[in-house]
Amino acid sequence: MLNCKKVTEMCSQEMERDLLLQEQVPLRLHLMLCSDCSNFRKQLRVLRLAMQRYASGDTDSTSSDPPSDR
Amino acid sequence: MTITPQDPLREPNAANPGVSPDALELIRVDMLRFAKLQLGNKEAAEDMVQEAMESALRHLNGFSGQSSLKTWVFAILKNKIIDHLRRAWRTVNFSSLTNEGDDSEGIDLDAFFNDRGRWRDGLRPVAWPSPDDAVRSKQFWIVFESCLDLLAPKAGQIFMMREFLGFDSDEICLQLNLTTSNLHVILHRSRLKLRGCLETGWVRSGASAC
Repeated sequence: MLNCKKVTEMCSQEMERDLLLQEQVPLRLHLMLCSDCSNFRKQLRVLRLAMQRYASGDTDSTSSDPPSDR
Repeated sequence: MTITPQDPLREPNAANPGVSPDALELIRVDMLRFAKLQLGNKEAAEDMVQEAMESALRHLNGFSGQSSLKTWVFAILKNKIIDHLRRAWRTVNFSSLTNEGDDSEGIDLDAFFNDRGRWRDGLRPVAWPSPDDAVRSKQFWIVFESCLDLLAPKAGQIFMMREFLGFDSDEICLQLNLTTSNLHVILHRSRLKLRGCLETGWVRSGASAC
């Protein structure tokens, strides 16, 4: 059974390469049961989007509200 | 009367709406911050931003107005940085970039996980606002920039080559003489650190933690 340390590593690798089927299955199983890692995985996608926006100078916010207020 | 419709430093007009000296200065400041992050060197960053600005202004008629001026100038800057790095790779032995200190200056994974490999209490990732909300939030970008500064210099540079400049993994490995698994470890650690920093500085401090 995968632990969170290993799962986060795989989530990060998933951003770099296609995971093998034998990696995907235990990963998905863990993510279904673990909201921490599932949050982590979603956050990586936010990071990548943010990096792309930042690198294209596209950081002009339309809101100065704190995130919770939106 | 001499008309220089392509002189962007003139007051905004119908030909180049919104391209005022003030706007350019704001863009320049952002570019400088970006270039400094990539190059780790203030002088080189200033030179490169200057070049990118001049090149953009010289070719202002290539700017279609479909993207914002800022996006367009950033794309020019990005290409200049990529060229610069590739040139540097040809002339400099960059192994020094990776040989020393990546473990010691990197973060210790055990800081995040207990001996059973589970998230430590207090460090467990919480749900974030949606990606769209994130990139629209002013506070997000303020925290994001200060978090980038916290990345270890060398690992951070490799991370940004991948994420900002869009180098593919193979090219980074080849140029920096890294194995794929080295690279994955470096990227993973940088992501762990960056997301932890964002969560602390943006999500939790925004009182939106759930």
